[in-house]
Amino acid sequence: MINFGYKIQADRQVDYDAGNHRIFDFVRKSEPSIDWCMSCGTCASACTASASTEYSLCRLILNARRGMEDEILKSVYRCRFCGKCINACPRGVNTRNIVYLMQLAVTKISKHEI
Amino acid sequence: MKFDLFVLPFTLGVIFLLGYLGYKYATWFRGLNKSDRSKVISGFFSVRLFRAVNEIIMESLLHRNIFRRNRLLGFMHMSLAFGWFLLIAIGNLESRVYEPTSMNLPYVPIFFKFFNANPDAFPLHRVFSFTMDLLLLLVLGGVALAFLKRFFSKAYGMKRTTRLMLGDRLALTTLWLIFPLRLLAESFTSAVYGGGDFLTGTFGSFLGSFLPAANLYYPAWWAYSLSLGVFFLALPFSRYMHIPTEVVLILSRHFGLAEHAERTPFTEVEINSCSRCGVCLDACQLSFAGGVQNIQSTYQLKSIRYNSIQPTESFGCNMCGRCDNVCPVGIDISGIRMITRNELNGKVPDVSFAEQSMPHAHKSDVIYFAGCMTHQTPSIKKAMVSLLETAGVNYWFMDEWGGLCCGRPMMLAGHKAQADIMIEKNRKLIIESGARILVTSCPICYKVFAKEYNLNIRVMHHTQYLLELAESHKIRPGHLAGNAVYHDPCELSRDIKVYEEPRKLLGKMVQVKSNEFEKDNALCCGNSLANLSADNDIRRKVTEDAYIKMNASGSQYLVTSCPMCKKAFEKVADVEVKDIAELVVRSMQKSRSPVKASGLKVAHPVEVIAG
Repeated sequence: MINFGYKIQADRQVDYDAGNHRIFDFVRKSEPSIDWCMSCGTCASACTASASTEYSLCRLILNARRGMEDEILKSVYRCRFCGKCINACPRGVNTRNIVYLMQLAVTKISKHEI
Repeated sequence: MKFDLFVLPFTLGVIFLLGYLGYKYATWFRGLNKSDRSKVISGFFSVRLFRAVNEIIMESLLHRNIFRRNRLLGFMHMSLAFGWFLLIAIGNLESRVYEPTSMNLPYVPIFFKFFNANPDAFPLHRVFSFTMDLLLLLVLGGVALAFLKRFFSKAYGMKRTTRLMLGDRLALTTLWLIFPLRLLAESFTSAVYGGGDFLTGTFGSFLGSFLPAANLYYPAWWAYSLSLGVFFLALPFSRYMHIPTEVVLILSRHFGLAEHAERTPFTEVEINSCSRCGVCLDACQLSFAGGVQNIQSTYQLKSIRYNSIQPTESFGCNMCGRCDNVCPVGIDISGIRMITRNELNGKVPDVSFAEQSMPHAHKSDVIYFAGCMTHQTPSIKKAMVSLLETAGVNYWFMDEWGGLCCGRPMMLAGHKAQADIMIEKNRKLIIESGARILVTSCPICYKVFAKEYNLNIRVMHHTQYLLELAESHKIRPGHLAGNAVYHDPCELSRDIKVYEEPRKLLGKMVQVKSNEFEKDNALCCGNSLANLSADNDIRRKVTEDAYIKMNASGSQYLVTSCPMCKKAFEKVADVEVKDIAELVVRSMQKSRSPVKASGLKVAHPVEVIAG
């Protein structure tokens, strides 16, 4: 092949079908309000845990939608359940339950239950 | 020796029951940790034993707590328990007085009338047979009431009764059959052999007039014995396990046992002491207002007992503690719920909670910790800051720029181990600051500071602290027109009972209107952090119902002392909803207004705040 002095970059498109959506599906089954999330990030801006750690519920939900389980595992246990996000959310998403269910899903995955 | 084949079902049942209970209780006792075990042993040789026995008589036999709730319900339980107890006790006495010498096996008093159909020779027999008939009537009355309760539970002060399981049904049916069968057996016997008093004698001659009593009395004794035997067999596997276990619970409670963070044999005793009476169902706001019928304490305890607990049952509860308050057995339901939540979560990976910024401790006399929820109701925070400034307190606003959470929401979510990490970090800061008093605006924080932090300083909710400031004239709350209804936040009522301070402080400013739903009977605002699964719809239903019940419409203010409750009621209230600190600030502004009108400029922090 002729060397033109540059190469084709790796595809940066997010392929929603590539990831495993079992966490998202598991959460959604018990807490359908996860569908209302529009990723505005208000929850993360109100969050106590975000202030001192690398944690964002908004990103957590995005990662669940994309099926990025490793990313979820990294931060899902940092939530403190203080409930600020639930007051802040403009869409009335039951945020704490989403975090709790994600934790439950992670536990169930480790036990090979889902 | 007096013996007949029909006594076997009863005797075997009793032997099985005693063996099973002995084994179970011994296992529990062995499972206790060392200090608890020594508490139990020393308890048996102390005055606490007498107090425990007194409570056993008052509760297990007379059911005083249920009497207080509803007389009919209390009478039903009392007549069954106390009546049966007396029937056994006096039956034994009768049998022993009658035959003091001969070999008198335990079953003989139970089937006394069969073995001694007409004890004429015995001078006291009329007294005894009258008493026994009276007691039988009492118990039968209880059975009849219990039967009717299945259909007319409202008359017993209960809107809902519990759903039954198979074991319960078997035990319940045999329990209800025992006494009618005893009546039949004794009546047929008296029809054949004479004897019997106003009940069995009369009923016997009535039955004998149209039934072949001579053929029927023996099968009736068999049926009576069988129903007893089956009941004793089913008892350990049904809710009636509470009958013997409640005695153990009262004893161990008096000996100083309590729930720990993990499950202990005491938890097992408590779980098995639940009679599933269903009193907690009607106390539950999620049941009567929210329409949620699967999370109530009695179902929760049942699921734990049979190892079928689901996360939704456990995490869908507001943990307001209203069920703890009404439970006639006094089970520490909230404590058990916390244990269950932790068990359901299991061990989770260790994570760091403060990678980036942590506040540094400031030397001060007083620490003010607003709490996460107060940061979302800035008016409360501002009010507190201005009051602290006005009073000239040397304070440190610990979480002014965020900081760690107090840890209680984490504990409520069943992550005790992680909560402990945060508690330890906060604790260090608090001790480093050298403060003598920790003031918080959030009852959720207050509870965890007071109960879990083991601080050697005073932990106060701002209602208590502001009252103290007002009484030492460091702040001077003025008068406001109108009256107010005070709402007790769950975390300040029942368990902790901060009742008088907020009312006293409020009384300095406005007239406080009392209502039925306050103090121990206070309602949850519906916004509880303990409930993970309730959606907005359920929350709002609970809030609306609580608001209507408190009857605050028509007064000037609905005052509370919890940012969460304030937020909840603001959505539904048609009166002004205020935190007590905000009201203090307002009252001080009002009383200062003449100064302002005279043209003098008073540079005071209180003036800065609008509202």
